[in-house]
Amino acid sequence: MKIKSLILYCLISSIFLFFLVSIWKVLSTLQGIELKNFNFAIILTLGIGISLINLIIGDKFHKIIKSLIFAILFTFVDGYILQMMPVWYNVGIFGILIFYSLKIDKYNQKNLELDYSSQKVVFEFLTLFGIVLFSFVILFPFYMMLVTSFKTQAALLINPLDFSINFAQDIKELFKSYFVIFDTYKFGRYILISSFVSVGTVIITLIFAIPAAYAVARLNFFGKNFLSTSILIIYMFPAIVLVIPLYTVFSQLGLRNNVGGLLIVYTATTLPVAIYMLQGYFKSIPKELEEAAIMDKLNWFGIIIKIILPLSIPAISSVALYVFMIAWNEFLFSLMFLDNPNTFTLSRAIQYLSGDAETPRQYLMAGSVVVTIPVLFIFVYFEKYLVSGLTAGSVKG
Amino acid sequence: MSDTLSKIEKRTAYILLLPAVFLVFSIILFPIFANVWISFKEVGLKDIRIPEPRAKKIVKSIKDSSDEIKIIYKLRNSSLILDIRDVKFQDKIPKNSEPLNLDERCQLKSNIIYCDFGNWKAKYRENFQIVLKNKNGEKINKKEIKSIKPKLSGKSDNILLNTDFTLKNFKKVFFQNEFFDLLTTTFYYTFFGTIGSIVFGILAAQLVNQKFFGRTFMRSILLFPYVGPVVALAYTWELLLDPYSGTLNNLLLNFQVIQEPLNLLGQKYLTINFFGFDLKLRLALTTVIIFEIWRYFPLAFLFILARLQAVPKELYEAADVDGAGPLQKFISITLPQITAVISILFMIRFIWNFNKFEDIFLLTGGASGTRTLPINVYEQGFTISDIGMGSAVSIVIVLLLLIFMFIYFKLLGRRADEN
Repeated sequence: MKIKSLILYCLISSIFLFFLVSIWKVLSTLQGIELKNFNFAIILTLGIGISLINLIIGDKFHKIIKSLIFAILFTFVDGYILQMMPVWYNVGIFGILIFYSLKIDKYNQKNLELDYSSQKVVFEFLTLFGIVLFSFVILFPFYMMLVTSFKTQAALLINPLDFSINFAQDIKELFKSYFVIFDTYKFGRYILISSFVSVGTVIITLIFAIPAAYAVARLNFFGKNFLSTSILIIYMFPAIVLVIPLYTVFSQLGLRNNVGGLLIVYTATTLPVAIYMLQGYFKSIPKELEEAAIMDKLNWFGIIIKIILPLSIPAISSVALYVFMIAWNEFLFSLMFLDNPNTFTLSRAIQYLSGDAETPRQYLMAGSVVVTIPVLFIFVYFEKYLVSGLTAGSVKG
Repeated sequence: MSDTLSKIEKRTAYILLLPAVFLVFSIILFPIFANVWISFKEVGLKDIRIPEPRAKKIVKSIKDSSDEIKIIYKLRNSSLILDIRDVKFQDKIPKNSEPLNLDERCQLKSNIIYCDFGNWKAKYRENFQIVLKNKNGEKINKKEIKSIKPKLSGKSDNILLNTDFTLKNFKKVFFQNEFFDLLTTTFYYTFFGTIGSIVFGILAAQLVNQKFFGRTFMRSILLFPYVGPVVALAYTWELLLDPYSGTLNNLLLNFQVIQEPLNLLGQKYLTINFFGFDLKLRLALTTVIIFEIWRYFPLAFLFILARLQAVPKELYEAADVDGAGPLQKFISITLPQITAVISILFMIRFIWNFNKFEDIFLLTGGASGTRTLPINVYEQGFTISDIGMGSAVSIVIVLLLLIFMFIYFKLLGRRADEN
């Protein structure tokens, strides 16, 4: 057995164990348990011990029996160090140890002797690290957003780390922040405005983009190449350089504080990418179908309605979903154009709420949950259609 | 024959394109050019309001005579700076009533009073009065009079349309605005944000490219930060990072990692003692960059994953036969396969990060050393209320952007040649 592989295996696997246990401890702390220490030295020693014993035992026992033994042992020692822990905490530790033991089971004295075994050990544990770390870092803010919205200001002042949700309380108490933002801060209205603006943007953008994309994909005209590159260049231009002129012109035309003004701007900013995505798809439709249609004396309007549209439902729906998401998430223009609380979109309303330092943070988080859920729902539900569009660069940001 | 066909084709194309091109031109291209115009002008936020003649109507009854009523119009010029020329006024009065001693600037024509007020200076104010009397001696209905709104109109100069130009704004941008500081902050933010998101994108793509339980689930959640609404995510982070009530600081204090709470978003510098050297870290800027990496690495991840999945499996199998280790495989197979994607990604992310406004605005508002060029546009235009200055900074952004885009398209072109 190579000494280098052995040392790497022991160290990395036990650090990984420490890491898993620490994350569990952080999550438990957020449920109001008092934990002050990660016990780095003890857990590392235990981890090294377990990995070594695993090597020594090898496959003399069935792997399930082995991991049960390790888990019971570790849970017992951990429970001895941290007295008076609730049962669910220990169950969690037990589960982590089972997972960990099953992961290290495949290492034995033989495969640590193979070529590149040390590199393989490092790579495999880095992958595990990565999966746990990435999921934790990404989901943690979303988790905090959700649990904060169920707490009260007083409870958070007493123990700022206790995010446990008391499900025993009355539904009205539990969802108090949500009732407040809908009653006092008129979030129902903002949801309606946001939906209206987003759906409106989708419809207008499609009405403008489908004919234009068809022209770019199929027809020959002077300046076609120029137009195709312009679409890309225009798409690169940021909203922040448009803001001042649009603000001045819209103020003078009375289009500020007006949902119509917002619709115009959103449509214009999403048009380039909609045209770009649609023309790519239209090009993939066989030309013969249209030639047959021309024989039947159909004009371009007929061709688009009767041939192109039915064939490109998937592309059109994915463009529609994108435009919806862009319009729903948009913030800069709604900040610039809307001052009157009666015309706010959801994003602008949340920003307005936070402008008041007195606003309790659970209301802010409840608002954030309300604005986030539709987008994540659409994304997860239609992911298949959306991912390919993302790589085409459809969401600017 | 074919000539007419191609003519028809051309005409159809222009008709189909016209609405989209018109809209994009007026909302995106026109403002970019308008910026140039405005940036050479001395315009404040208050100047862009077109001056309006206004009248507030107050109706008062006169004691002891119920058939007479007094109407007071509080007239004023809404602008504090600009004059209004040729102010015209008109208001309806109820039938069966007539004005007494009508002002000589006005005349009555079939129930409507027309007045010609001439020119109003800036800040002009006047209390204009009309007494109405019912012809039949009946009581005049106050509500009816109140419900009618007077109409006013006038002509005025639009400060945006005259041809007074000045170089003041650009002088201020380059010499008074701590321009160098602004530029370095923007470049720090852009560069490290881009590099960070690409590095984490590679790591995440390498992860998801392997087979493990819950892989599709993992791919979905990796994209959450990218598709979530920026307002919600920024405020969640702000709460997490708050020095007193924030979860992160409380956790670190609880586990005794730090002794004092860190004001991650409100402190400009953090001094770290590193082997006897005092290193000054730009704390708030670093935090904002980390947020940016967190939010935008999914894009890099997706691009790179798509590329990785297209790498032929035979390459790795051949490497296995040759006895290459995982590290060697990564360096000599994976990296060369993704360099092209990375260079494109670098440019896209660089351009977009360079223009990022919302993220910094929501997290710090540009305070504690996080003021980038886009934040400065907003500050100049709407906090300091100097529209001209805001436009001048926009112009600087556009110029820098054109340079980046030139490089980007050169790069794209070269890549297209290679294929």
